[in-house]
Amino acid sequence: MDFNIAILVVDDFESMRRIIKGTLKAIGFSNFIEAEDGAIAMKKLEKEKVDLIISDWIMPNMDGLEFLKAVKGSEKFKKIPFIMVTAEGQKGNVLDAINAGVNNYIVKPFTSETLYVKLQKVLG
Amino acid sequence: MDVRYINPFIESTVHVLQTMSSITARVGKPYLKRDEVARGDVSGIIGLAGDVKGSISVSFSEACILNIVSSMFKEKMTELNDEVKDAAGELSNMISGQARQKLELIGRNLQAAIPIVIMGRNHSISHITKDKIIAIPFMTDGGDFTIEVSFEE
Repeated sequence: MDFNIAILVVDDFESMRRIIKGTLKAIGFSNFIEAEDGAIAMKKLEKEKVDLIISDWIMPNMDGLEFLKAVKGSEKFKKIPFIMVTAEGQKGNVLDAINAGVNNYIVKPFTSETLYVKLQKVLG
Repeated sequence: MDVRYINPFIESTVHVLQTMSSITARVGKPYLKRDEVARGDVSGIIGLAGDVKGSISVSFSEACILNIVSSMFKEKMTELNDEVKDAAGELSNMISGQARQKLELIGRNLQAAIPIVIMGRNHSISHITKDKIIAIPFMTDGGDFTIEVSFEE
């Protein structure tokens, strides 16, 4: 795994961004970009190089599913691996995300081991 | 209210706290709550809609939420600030999410709104129904908290 990649962490809760970053730091990553919702995340994508997206689902303005569809529908960004990290674990939600092209899906609460395993699957 | 709606919230609360903060929550005896006064100092409140309409709240004592968030952040938190408020909202969100997964197994599909968090002593919690609010007290080594569950039938 390349630990120098830029990871875009998208969550409207600052505390969750902090926890995700803390877990990723413990694994060995250090290059983070943050956004509070999908709309802000799209702007960050336009400006900065991003190698992996970790996004919440329920957010104001542009939610995680809309953001995922925007990323996967874009020629420029569609190859960026996208992990949804959300409290929405119902079957319909997971299916919607899979149909929209999500690369992996983590239901909150999660352990650092879960995040590590999912990262390995996505990043190889 | 269908009592099958209560257990998913109890189980989810214990699971979320254990996973996110390694804190063990012990469940007290549920009771019918007849007033709107919060039992804690920081409350996360979430409206639920779908097959049934309802709302839940998670109301933490100051000592309890500071202890939980300190453990989540791996940093000692000493005062109720925006970071603690934010974390209380996210914890409520996770409890709601886990419980809704369990409710799906008994054929109830629910969507949740974005949590509202209120801080301060003796604040009020307004649920979707006035008459059937089930309160479940929890004890941890760092302090107590109460969840409230209310559903329309």
